[in-house]
Amino acid sequence: MSIISISNLNKSYASGLAALLDINLEIEQGEIFALLGPNGAGKTTLINIICGIVTPTSGRVLAAGHDVTRDYRHARAKIGLVPQELTTDSFETVWATTTFSRGLFGRPPNPAHIDKVLRDLSLWDKRHDKIRTLSGGMKRRVLIAKALAHEPQILFLDEPTAGVDVELRRDMWAMVRELRKSGVTIILTTHYIEEAEEMADRIGVINHGSLILVEDKARLMKKLGKKQVSLHLAEPLATLPEALRPWALELKAQGKELTLTCDAERPTATYDLLRRLNELSIVYTEINTHQSSLEDIFVGLVSTRS
Amino acid sequence: MNFEVSRFNRHGVWAIYRFEIARAARTLVQSLLTPVLTTSLYFIVFGAAIGSRMQSTSGVQYGAFIVPGLIMLTLFTESMSNASFGIYFPKFTGTIYELLSAPISPAEIILGYVGAAASKSIILGLIILATASLFTPLTILHPLIMLAFLVLTAATFSLFGFILGIWATGWEQLSFVPMLILTPLTFLGGAFYPINILPPIWRSFSLFNPIVYLISGFRWSFYGIADVSVATSATVMLGAFALCVGTVSWIFRTGYRLKN
Ligand SMILES: Nc1ncnc2c1ncn2[C@@H]1O[C@H](COP(=O)(O)OP(=O)(O)OP(=O)(O)O)[C@@H](O)[C@H]1O
Ligand SMILES: [Mg+2]
Repeated sequence: MSIISISNLNKSYASGLAALLDINLEIEQGEIFALLGPNGAGKTTLINIICGIVTPTSGRVLAAGHDVTRDYRHARAKIGLVPQELTTDSFETVWATTTFSRGLFGRPPNPAHIDKVLRDLSLWDKRHDKIRTLSGGMKRRVLIAKALAHEPQILFLDEPTAGVDVELRRDMWAMVRELRKSGVTIILTTHYIEEAEEMADRIGVINHGSLILVEDKARLMKKLGKKQVSLHLAEPLATLPEALRPWALELKAQGKELTLTCDAERPTATYDLLRRLNELSIVYTEINTHQSSLEDIFVGLVSTRS
Repeated sequence: MNFEVSRFNRHGVWAIYRFEIARAARTLVQSLLTPVLTTSLYFIVFGAAIGSRMQSTSGVQYGAFIVPGLIMLTLFTESMSNASFGIYFPKFTGTIYELLSAPISPAEIILGYVGAAASKSIILGLIILATASLFTPLTILHPLIMLAFLVLTAATFSLFGFILGIWATGWEQLSFVPMLILTPLTFLGGAFYPINILPPIWRSFSLFNPIVYLISGFRWSFYGIADVSVATSATVMLGAFALCVGTVSWIFRTGYRLKN
């Protein structure tokens, strides 16, 4: 059973703006799901509807089997949210605000758990500090600590790494992996595509309010990702010789560069090509390989559809 | 990781209540000293200076006569400002996202915020009562009814403040209602005089002012004297309370000014 099940979800804001159009999505228990999309695509709107902050115009959302509108108490008790905006109380201490969150979500006090969360996020030294005295990255951690205070089964991270330094980012992902290991489902958005490429099990791409793609990451990379081998030629070729027709080749840079697009069906294509070039005495001075990243795939998707 | 989700989120209510009380505790001196000082000034000006020239009303000295009105005045303004600020501030800073995403019902949220605001103003009311007793001899004929009126008024005006805090879209609106509506109504509501000393036309006007009923009922619990019958006062109080409860539940049902 999916931990989150979204069917025919639509959202139009009071301004008349249609932010989400007929979203259908299933998220599996225990996976890391990355929601990608350009600014204004509707990522935050989707997350906020699931969490109860925005009311849907139509459609249905189930979280852990509970309708998020009708049975919000059960649904929300299982969800933790780290919002995109850095919104924290100013005068509360780190410890107090984290304890507050746990209580608000209906759980009895458990200082040992708060203790662990703060230590995991390297906030322990700051626990008695007022939040307004913390740096931006530290505040982000406080928001994560608040979201984890009630031991949620589903965690939403809306751009958790915006404005966060390399080290904290690495810590954060290590923590996300730990959480996943303990069975927590994680849904995240990010504009750093390489993060999604590294972390996610599945990718969803949303653009102009429509979910245009949902795919297993590995399969997506295989399906849409390209591997290319480029040869820098010593002497430019005017045209592609007849003998090289059997390969998917392209002549670029005024005939100075020969590019082969690899095909998983023909694993020896590169080897065969190099042998044939030797036979034809076509000299090359350099070999480069290029593999398209998720970022290339993403940019391709979003720009063709917009 | 499975746990029972109970039908009443008492931990959530308690978390809000504690948060709100802690907010007042941070400014303890200011939140206690200001009303006490204001009340003392009223006593010095109205009770001692002017009161000595005023004839007593139905055997109650003027200084003692104004005590219930002064307590009510503080109750109105403190309940309203506390509750309106309590809910407006998270809306303003954005921290309300957490409240909206928590497994807590509207009734529980109100219980937390309004409960805390009412508690604070009830404590203040009692402190003012104690302060007043230093200036003038007090009698309380019906202490239980006095307490009931105190609690009901604090709860009603805290609810009213809560509604104001949700409705307000700017800081100026937050002080607009208390300043422009509540203060005049209170001053014209018989806090400092019995309304039967007014000319008949103004007296009739006063009867449209709900504050008259609240102050009159509260004063009755002290001295047994009233502008209108206690039963009427109690009815108006309960009616105002019910009206606020109704409005608040409508706000949460529709998400008015809380959700997009
Ligand atoms: N409260 C609101 N009222 C009206 N329109 C809104 C509101 N919130 C968001 N929108 C609009 O809805 C659309 C989707 O916004 P959303 O915040 O969901 O995008 P996003 O994918 O999270 O973008 P970003 O990557 O910039 O965070 C945008 O066009 C935005 O302007
Ligand atoms: Mg967003």
